[in-house]
Amino acid sequence: MSENEFYQLRVNGKTHQVQDSWVGESLLYVLRERLGLPGTKGACEQGECGSCTVLMDDAAVCACLVMAATAINSEIVTIEGITTESALTDVQQSFVDEGAVQCGFCTPGLIVAVHHLLEKNPQPSEFEVKEAISGNICRCTGYGRVFAAVEATIRSRNVEQ
Amino acid sequence: MATSSTVTKPRDVLGTSALRPDGAHKVQGSFEFTSDMHAENMLWGATLRSPHPYARIVSIDTSDALALSGVHCVITARDVPGKPTYGLISSDQPVFAQDFVRYMGEPVAAVAADHPETCRRALALISVVYEVLIPLTDPEDAVSGAHDPIHPDGNVIRHQRIIRGDQFATGPIVVEGEYVIGMQDQAFLGLEAALAIPDSDGLGVHLHVATQWLHEDLKQISACLNLPAEKVRLTLGGVGGAFGAREDISLQVHCCLLALKAGRPIKMQYSREESFFGHVHRHPATIFMRHHADANGKIVKIDARFVFDGGAYTSTSPAVLINGITHTQGPYKCDNATVDGFAVRTNNPPCGAMRGFGVVQACFAHESQMDKIAAAVGKSPVEVRLINAMVTGDPLITGQIMESVAPVARCITETDAIPMPEPLGKTINELALPGGSGLTASRSNIVRGIGWGVSMKNLMYSEGFDDYATARCILKDGVASLKFATSEVGQGFVTLAPQIARSVLGVDEVIIEPIDTQIGSAGSTSASRQTWMSGGAVDGACRLVRERLFHHVGKMHDIDPLRLVIDGTDIADQVGTFRISVEEASDGIEFSETFEHHHRATEELDENGQGNCHTAFAFVAHRAVVDVDPELGLVKVVQIATAQDVGRVLNPLSAIGQVEGGIAQGLGLAVMEEIVMQDGKVRNPSFTDYLLPTALDAPEVVAVMIEENEPQAPLGAKGIGEPPCISVTPAIVAAIRNAIGKDIERIPVRPQDICL
Repeated sequence: MSENEFYQLRVNGKTHQVQDSWVGESLLYVLRERLGLPGTKGACEQGECGSCTVLMDDAAVCACLVMAATAINSEIVTIEGITTESALTDVQQSFVDEGAVQCGFCTPGLIVAVHHLLEKNPQPSEFEVKEAISGNICRCTGYGRVFAAVEATIRSRNVEQ
Repeated sequence: MATSSTVTKPRDVLGTSALRPDGAHKVQGSFEFTSDMHAENMLWGATLRSPHPYARIVSIDTSDALALSGVHCVITARDVPGKPTYGLISSDQPVFAQDFVRYMGEPVAAVAADHPETCRRALALISVVYEVLIPLTDPEDAVSGAHDPIHPDGNVIRHQRIIRGDQFATGPIVVEGEYVIGMQDQAFLGLEAALAIPDSDGLGVHLHVATQWLHEDLKQISACLNLPAEKVRLTLGGVGGAFGAREDISLQVHCCLLALKAGRPIKMQYSREESFFGHVHRHPATIFMRHHADANGKIVKIDARFVFDGGAYTSTSPAVLINGITHTQGPYKCDNATVDGFAVRTNNPPCGAMRGFGVVQACFAHESQMDKIAAAVGKSPVEVRLINAMVTGDPLITGQIMESVAPVARCITETDAIPMPEPLGKTINELALPGGSGLTASRSNIVRGIGWGVSMKNLMYSEGFDDYATARCILKDGVASLKFATSEVGQGFVTLAPQIARSVLGVDEVIIEPIDTQIGSAGSTSASRQTWMSGGAVDGACRLVRERLFHHVGKMHDIDPLRLVIDGTDIADQVGTFRISVEEASDGIEFSETFEHHHRATEELDENGQGNCHTAFAFVAHRAVVDVDPELGLVKVVQIATAQDVGRVLNPLSAIGQVEGGIAQGLGLAVMEEIVMQDGKVRNPSFTDYLLPTALDAPEVVAVMIEENEPQAPLGAKGIGEPPCISVTPAIVAAIRNAIGKDIERIPVRPQDICL
């Protein structure tokens, strides 16, 4: 591509140089193909499925709908930024334990969405949980085990408090 | 001499909710899906597709695309060195269209370039001149011969009758209907993707691909590439769901051709829009059924006519047709039948495998009919189904005897015993009403309905096809390694296989070797077959290893090996005190065994549709409770109660996941999912316009697993993948009919079908 651009993105607390990019690249493409962060998945390119959910200035957004070059002044958090080296987060552990993972393609987006939900609203009602993840399509589970995983996380956090 | 240690924590053996071995990677985003793969010096590939449903190709000019900076090669039909066509049952689908395009989205050319955007621009620079022809879009025109053949093989892909018993039998009750099933998409989340790496000598290729059936892909790809099979190696890349849509070739041949031509690794991945054109869909169908019954509602005879729209190419249409017509009766006794079935070719998108495979269509028709019988004789939907429920030993309309465990009545009664949801009047949350957060509904207008669906589904392949599975087990130092070519698409065979090895061999650590074509075929991950088939192969290989281990231990310790058993993680003498841990017994020694599991032979149907064509069957009942807004035609599915015949539960967590996931897909077909066609053109190839169930659409699911050990199954377990999505659809539609008192004979049910 000839329309080269150079810019910086703040992702998971680090500054990344984006070089030789085409200005039309989405944040999803740049994260996956240029910054070596393939945990964010693409499945619809239209903001309908939530597989590419990332946090941008503390808002959950679809990375496929964000032009990467417009995100230069934002703090971006991806699934890699939520993941710790030592152990699974409580949300991640609940997803594994409760059977909320089958093919796993929607999972990173869901994990980001659920972390975001519980940070904003630690005691969501059943309906608030459904609303919060209704932008994340899962084709395998029918959502039953996903709800169970969210409930298990909330229960475990309540016990800890 | 080792002494046994007491097992303190439960081991992940059969029957436990062992967790997915790939679960941690999947929740961290570090599981490598095929679309995440990269190779050094890699180029991107992309496909040019026909905008027309039917046209003659006058000329193709690729020179402008080739001249674009960053483009490495452009290929068309002329660049296919081997067989120009592929296909699962009939090799009638061109790798690239040569003379004609026969559906909107048919591949015409492919490019390799340095960036996906370069690929898109290159595709736009390929000049194809078409002579647009009038498409054949009405399947009845294919049946009647009203349209000239659109393919050298003709417009009827397969015609099959079933003639059984007294052709003039009838009864006091005669009910009929014509049922229409729309085109559903599998809509897996992980789009089609592959990475092809050419051998350094340019004489072979290694393809990493998300597929359901590595060996079938290998066979078709190597023929098109004109390479011996050993020069084409396939490795399963991470697969993001399948549901039937990865059984056919999509980008495999294109990706390999580009890699061999460019001499560099090629990555291809479809967009969502391209995915809608790049894989087969569930067959749309029109099914006429007439049931004759006695005054009690007992079925006397069924007349039926099926027309499945196979689209432009054969794919698995012949098998889908056979599945559909042989399930005309559903899980009910029926001695007399006249069935006529067609799978036809049209200029609509090719249709093939999707979860339920022909039985989904038949079930919507026969279950709608059961409710009509019930209404005609004044019985409840439950009563009329119980009167007719099939049992083991009953003859089917094909003459085949039902040899599988057939707890149909139990499925129905145990579903019936599941408590109903809270009555509508007590619902306080308006968001839970049809229309949801749109707050379009007022509670006083909402009507509730209850409906039933019961189904029978064949397991494994049919009509004489030996879809065997292969597995190898190596035991060394107390660790088992398993090798198989079984596609893990999300269903959880990678969880189940180690459970089997732990149960049979008394090991805890089990390694799964790469899933590739370096071992014999496992058959397809479809037809609810891998637990039975690949599970049977893993079980068989582990048993052979165990036999050798027992002989070895018997020889070393002078004990008759027939007295030895696995007890926890030990080998124990049943009649003595001798014990040794499996780890110690296999220390420094390697036992390796390979096993092929074959199911019993089946046979083709004769001209009257008679023959033992199926391997085995599973059953399920669904009861749906729905709320309907009759003014806006909106539906909220409140609860699905289900009891499913599973043989034996091998992993409760996996089992409920299959049940809930299948129900969501059946719900989708009932009320929202349809590929909308107009004159052969797809109008909604996106997730904006093709609606899928979200978390807000998910009903409460209350499930009962009916465990009656299936003696024919290697592990006593039936496949559980397909049944959940089959009869839930007619149950939901029946509940809508029950709520609004209006007959609906088409799925998906659209708002206008309810309110106009």
